[in-house]
Amino acid sequence: MLGKLTWAAIPFNQPIPLVTSIVMVCGILAILALITLKGWWPYLWNEWFASTDHKRIGVMYVALGLVMLIRGFADALMMRAQLALAQGGATGFLPPEHYDQIFSAHGTIMIFFVAMPFVIGLMNFVVPLQLGVRDVAFPVLNSVSFWLTASGVLLVNLSLFIGEFAKTGWLAYPPLSELAYSPGVGVDYYLWSLQISGLGTLLAGINFTTTILKMRTFGMSYMRMPIFCWTALASNLLIVAAFPILTATFALLLLDRYAGFHFFTDNLGGNAVMYINLIWCWGHPEVYILILPCFGVFSEVIATFSGKPLFGYHSMVVATMAICVLSFLVWLHHFFTMGASADVNGFFGVMTMIIAVPTGVKVFNWLFTMYGGSIRFTVPIYWTIGFMVTFTLGGLTGVLLSIPPADFVLHNSLFLIAHFHNVIIGGVVFGFMAGYNYWFPKAFGFTLDETLGKVIFWCWFIGFYLAFMPLYALGLMGATRRMQHYADPSWQPYMIAAFCGAALIFAGIGLMVVQLAWSIRTRERRRDLTGDPWNGRTLEWGTASPPPSWNFSVEPHVHGIDAFWAVKTKNKELHKVAESRYEADHKPHYETIHMPKRSGTGFVSAFFAVFLGFGLIWHIWWLVIVAVICCIGVLLRQAWDTDRDLYITAEELEDFDRRHPSLGAQL
Amino acid sequence: MRICGIALLAATLTGCSAAVLDPHGPIGRQEKLILIDSTVIMLAIVIPVIIATLAFAWWFRAGNSKAKRLPDWDYSGRIEFVVWAIPALVILFLGGIAWLSSHDLDPPKPLESSVTPLDIDVVSLDWKWLFIYPDAGVASVNKLVLPVGTPVRFHMTSATVMNSFFIPQLGSQVYTMAGMATRLNLMVDDPGDYHGLSAQFSGEGFSDMTFDVSALSRQDFEQWLDGTRTGGGILDASAYEALTHPSAKDPQHTYGTVSGDLFDAILMHPGAAPSAAQIEHSDSAE
Repeated sequence: MLGKLTWAAIPFNQPIPLVTSIVMVCGILAILALITLKGWWPYLWNEWFASTDHKRIGVMYVALGLVMLIRGFADALMMRAQLALAQGGATGFLPPEHYDQIFSAHGTIMIFFVAMPFVIGLMNFVVPLQLGVRDVAFPVLNSVSFWLTASGVLLVNLSLFIGEFAKTGWLAYPPLSELAYSPGVGVDYYLWSLQISGLGTLLAGINFTTTILKMRTFGMSYMRMPIFCWTALASNLLIVAAFPILTATFALLLLDRYAGFHFFTDNLGGNAVMYINLIWCWGHPEVYILILPCFGVFSEVIATFSGKPLFGYHSMVVATMAICVLSFLVWLHHFFTMGASADVNGFFGVMTMIIAVPTGVKVFNWLFTMYGGSIRFTVPIYWTIGFMVTFTLGGLTGVLLSIPPADFVLHNSLFLIAHFHNVIIGGVVFGFMAGYNYWFPKAFGFTLDETLGKVIFWCWFIGFYLAFMPLYALGLMGATRRMQHYADPSWQPYMIAAFCGAALIFAGIGLMVVQLAWSIRTRERRRDLTGDPWNGRTLEWGTASPPPSWNFSVEPHVHGIDAFWAVKTKNKELHKVAESRYEADHKPHYETIHMPKRSGTGFVSAFFAVFLGFGLIWHIWWLVIVAVICCIGVLLRQAWDTDRDLYITAEELEDFDRRHPSLGAQL
Repeated sequence: MRICGIALLAATLTGCSAAVLDPHGPIGRQEKLILIDSTVIMLAIVIPVIIATLAFAWWFRAGNSKAKRLPDWDYSGRIEFVVWAIPALVILFLGGIAWLSSHDLDPPKPLESSVTPLDIDVVSLDWKWLFIYPDAGVASVNKLVLPVGTPVRFHMTSATVMNSFFIPQLGSQVYTMAGMATRLNLMVDDPGDYHGLSAQFSGEGFSDMTFDVSALSRQDFEQWLDGTRTGGGILDASAYEALTHPSAKDPQHTYGTVSGDLFDAILMHPGAAPSAAQIEHSDSAE
């Protein structure tokens, strides 16, 4: 009846996961009770869960990422604490059985359920606004994408208190991840949660590629798109090209585990090398899926706060697309030590280095964007400058690792760990933080507290160096990754320093919660009434903050790069224009517009997808069949649903614009 | 803080406790040279870029009345040329280093030496290392004994999941994989004790999957071989089968006799311990 599921799956004898799960379950129940008591369900359902508004979905992605950041960081703190203790004969407080799950969960969560939701959330919120359009190409599909990601998140968290998570590392290399060596449900949790959320990501990629290629506003040719849209296009093209590889690779491993196939087993002709090649054919582009939109954020931030157009826009576009293509030609540098021939290793080493050229060009162009500017030191610019310094160092160690003989002694060491945290924290996290502080007032109509924002920056910035510089050193001392204890006592001071750095970053994360709460409390005095709090350059600043569900009452006409800046410079006396634009000669021509209605399809199909995943993980076949039928039913209902149009009349549009004066109508 | 970080890194770079930076063999020495040379070449670009970032940001701050403002300046063909040329030239240079050194330091490439090379077969097990000396017909668990000044040809495979054979002070690591033989050539110059490990996560006992490396003079090495040979212990099918059972922190021990061509049999029969017949068959087939 319940497949492999028995009471033994609940970790009654392991205090850490047991207490964590009880606290989590109580927390969730308390939140649900509060929502029920306050009668918030209809609001939540109508305005958020069933919303097809790209801005709401973007905000939910970011919220999901922030929640999972806390989960993933708790894992990081436990690992750092373990290694600060477990020297010499000491074994620390986490046995290998538990420690191995923690580092696997940390990597999986941070990449798939923190970094990806952050990046996709920012793209969701910003891209249609920057393109001057009212929604993405497939609004209901967008909701499906988000909720499938949330299903994956739920399954990963379920593994904490029903069963176990993978003990294989975040990429689950076979043969270790095969049944022979990992007979438990941990790898199945890993595979199914990533299959479900990966489907969501692929659908998001298709959605955004279509949106950017087909839905730009009047006059917005490719070479007039804001640079963030270019980086989003590159990132989504990579998603469309790379995620099917991930799905297929996992499908092969699932066939091995569920149906007795031998794609990657030790015996009967299996070959794990195929898996490792395939997973990195996805894995390396994945790095650029994350970092490219962040490059876009930095480009927008640096231009806005320098009060200058981005230097070398064309060069930036070429560099972005060059990285997009080259990212598919470097995967083998993740395993130079596999015994490939010198020609193969040399080729992939050189290809990897070539990516440093367009990346270097970007850094120089940001430098020259600042040159001659008038730089306002806001929180987003702190993150951007912090990024330029940190990422340059990360680039250095990256090029170092791309030299095969250097990699032969640094591969899998803590030096490698320090390197990729250097580029992922210094690039992706800093980029997200810059974007979060930059676009927050657009999303909610008030700014985040600047002082706290700067304190958060310093916590992360100093914390990062304190946590990872010792790891670079340890890597050179021969310390390898994923070890649960070590013999050499001279490593311990470095490990303790790294723990202190992690604690400092954790303080920064705690302060993010404080910053959010404090900014909400004091929102009345930090309202953005103009829609343009930063003196921005691109279209999103030309509509109200927060924008109406339709974004733009009248679709803007674009005549160049930085379209909104052009409008502002044409009309020197901005405020006068904003006030007077409803006089007869300025009045825009409003027309009734068509928007998508809200839809529960995303939430309900993802709801059943959780049961599908759970049934597959525990071999509860009747549940699998029921869940598949329900999922298909939901999708069929969506296909035959004719009541999905929402019309907003010209009067409503005009009324909104009168109450929210912004410069949108001048575009 | 950043400066502290760099200082810490620099302190380690110069310290001798850093295994990778304190090599005791030709491969490790060349790899250390590549590490340092490439770092210095890149720092020549990276340090000015970091300084320029901080300097530009500070000088062009909104409050600085002395700074020249160029609010519409967004293109310069000459600067574009330079910003593409600088990284391209550096990468051309480093790419050359990468290409040539990949060939020079290719792990299977034999080392140049007048001394006859020594063959050692390496098998990674759950969670221990087996070293077979095929010419002497002896084997050792979790302890690798090497003669100084002699090129060593490692033939490596895995009886279980993937591992990576790595002695930081000697240089290159290479994966061990079931059903596949990888090759690695190393040499140790100075007698002494070194640390070896698996650098690829292999499951529960991974953290204890380390081994001691003892580098002896040629004479001491021969003595060790003789002592091991007379020390007894037979590594046959059943002894090997016992080794394949997962265990960690196994005490170091040796075998005075190795039956058949065990390494080839392990290679030919991945996923399970080979039977006695398979070990003998593998030998006669050769």
